Amino acid sequence: MKHTISVQVENKFGVLARISGLFSARGYNIDSLAVGETEDPDISRITIVVHGDESVLEQVTKQLNKLPDVIKVKDFLKSNIVKRDLILIKVFADKKVRAEIVEIAAIFRAKIVDVAKESITIEVTGNEDKVVAFIDLVKPYKIKEIVRTGIIAIERGEK
Amino acid sequence: MNGAKIILESLKKEKVNILFGIGGGSVIPLFDEIHKDKDIKFILTRHEQAAAHMADGFSRATGKVGVCVATSGPGATNLVTGLATAYMDSIPMVALTGQVATHLVGNDAFQEADTTGITRPVTKHNYLVTDVKDLAATIKEAFYLARTGRPGPVLIDLPVDIQRDSCKFSYPEKANIKGYKPKTGGHIKQIKEAAKLINSSKRPVVYAGGGVIISKASNELRAFASKGKLPVTTTLMGTGSFPADSELSLSMLGMHGTYYANNAVQNSDLIIAVGARFDDRVTGRVKDFAKGAKVIHIDIDPTSISKIIKADVPIVGDARAVLKKLVKHIEFKERKDWHKQIAKWKSKQPLIYKKDNKLRPQYVIEQLYKATKGNAVITTEVGQHQMWAEQFYKYNEPNTFLTSGGLGTMGYGFPAAIGAKFGKPKKTVINIAGDGSFQMNIQELATCVVNDINVINVVLNNNYLGMVRQWQELFYDKRYSQVCLGKSHKERVPDFARVAEAYGAKGISVCKKKDVMPAIKEALKYKSGPVVMDFIIEEEENVYPMVPAGAAIDEVLIDMA
Ligand SMILES: Cc1ncc(C[n+]2csc(CCOP(=O)(O)OP(=O)(O)O)c2C)c(N)n1
Ligand SMILES: [Mg+2]
Repeated sequence: MKHTISVQVENKFGVLARISGLFSARGYNIDSLAVGETEDPDISRITIVVHGDESVLEQVTKQLNKLPDVIKVKDFLKSNIVKRDLILIKVFADKKVRAEIVEIAAIFRAKIVDVAKESITIEVTGNEDKVVAFIDLVKPYKIKEIVRTGIIAIERGEK
Repeated sequence: MNGAKIILESLKKEKVNILFGIGGGSVIPLFDEIHKDKDIKFILTRHEQAAAHMADGFSRATGKVGVCVATSGPGATNLVTGLATAYMDSIPMVALTGQVATHLVGNDAFQEADTTGITRPVTKHNYLVTDVKDLAATIKEAFYLARTGRPGPVLIDLPVDIQRDSCKFSYPEKANIKGYKPKTGGHIKQIKEAAKLINSSKRPVVYAGGGVIISKASNELRAFASKGKLPVTTTLMGTGSFPADSELSLSMLGMHGTYYANNAVQNSDLIIAVGARFDDRVTGRVKDFAKGAKVIHIDIDPTSISKIIKADVPIVGDARAVLKKLVKHIEFKERKDWHKQIAKWKSKQPLIYKKDNKLRPQYVIEQLYKATKGNAVITTEVGQHQMWAEQFYKYNEPNTFLTSGGLGTMGYGFPAAIGAKFGKPKKTVINIAGDGSFQMNIQELATCVVNDINVINVVLNNNYLGMVRQWQELFYDKRYSQVCLGKSHKERVPDFARVAEAYGAKGISVCKKKDVMPAIKEALKYKSGPVVMDFIIEEEENVYPMVPAGAAIDEVLIDMA
């Protein structure tokens, strides 16, 4: 089961190393990890996507909570959340196929951010399913490079 | 006030009066202040690893926070084993390390090491101080973290320029760490739930670990066990948390635990774990551990609960605080059949060894127990002697058996004994050592001689890395690979008594059973410095009972001799 965990941490030296060290030392697999400042510059938020069964996830959250620099840990499994992943994808595209790719991008409400003679770069934002679906559709044109931010998530409503 | 002085003044606020360590280029300003200071004693060790173990031994003997000091680079890396040892056993400690000047950090400067990076996985927390204004508050936080919650070592890395810089000194009243609020009380609903299980249990066993000692809950554990008439087994780390001479005591469980402790656990219907963590040396094959038992797990560290064995009633809290509440809700129960059964196991397989004329390690330890009337503080190294020290000396008080349980660090016992002696100067302190382990920090004889430290080392010299040899004997068809320490079976190397004498310590060699007691008495009488007793014991004595790694804990090997 994939879990999206949102971790509020003190914006301090070494925090990211502590968290990534915890995952590697205990053999937990990170699917993605995104870090950034929050509305409070002293606090950062790390969004981690990790998979494992219930007992693994229980340990992951407890272990994170145990770190003095970690202020709050929330497993979003049962929450109503908005999830976003942003990717930049560079696809081989000569004149012949460029129009087709632009059309696919339009359907996905993706943005063309760069065009060169032999390639086109597209920005896609959305939840994971959408991003994966997009990648699948452009795969036949040969993908040169993909860059992803990793998932970030926020709870819906007033919470 | 300069940073170096701020460090010392902060340490005094934390009631520190002794430091163990070795200096160097990046702590010279600190050492200059130490030179001027009259209140803090400094013990110059011969290796930083030993300094860390001394701070650890001081802490285990007293419950106070031990402090060690090292220079940057190699000084700091030498501390790592000591930090990891303390970390695994949840020992409160603060380590101060010098670091290259802030403007040089990251430049591969002379004697630079990424100390916070290296020690991150073996400390509860660590800090690199980059502004002298943060110094006092950082020290406050470090001590607070080290001694509260599940305790552990905390390291503060101190660039040399920070020690020289000045600012106004004011020591904060309180440490305020947003993400750190350990729960101590225990949830009353859970406590009542636990009491219900205990009251209806027919075959309960209390499984007590090092957490009982750390939280100073020994009296509460006694009250709890006697009110409920609950048998108690202790882990290696829990040794001394419950009196070994109590009728309710089952002694140690697990790999080298007693037959009766392991059988009681396996046949119980309720395990009450207090300050213990179901280590693999305790559980053996996890899926066959206490299959018919419900589990109540009391621990201050939520990550320890349901990590290995799922708890039916988890209680997050300090062992002492929780036991105090729990005892009020339990009822006295005779549990006659259960105690009768346990008595049967006890008489069927007590701890035994061969009583002949040979010099056997178990005998030495029994005599040591007699001669000290069980009143000594015992430290150990790691190996067979460590297990015999647990089995054949009886511990009735907490903080009297200091051993590296989690990490299993050879070289721990001797420096830990030195630290313990500073913590408990009136006590007889004895390190029960193996001939292999003792050589890992033997250089501290110099520290003892120079400072007149009266510590006794009892070397159980079997000419082998005995515990490894035992595994090779039992599970690898006696293929003894790289375990013999002597030149031959006749010539053991070194002659420990002569090494001791060379250092200016007292050395005693014992080869015969009849000389054991007189030699021990002689050693106990000697008060002018360290003693090394070299007991030339049977080479191939084994530790029994033994549960092979990966077996269930009632699948025991017993001495076949
Ligand atoms: C630093 C370290 N290195 C290696 C080991 C592995 N080890 C465990 S017990 C042991 C043998 C210890 O020999 P000795 O001190 O003579 O004790 P004995 O078992 O003979 O009583 C070894 C090598 C260890 N625990 N610690
Ligand atoms: Mg040996």
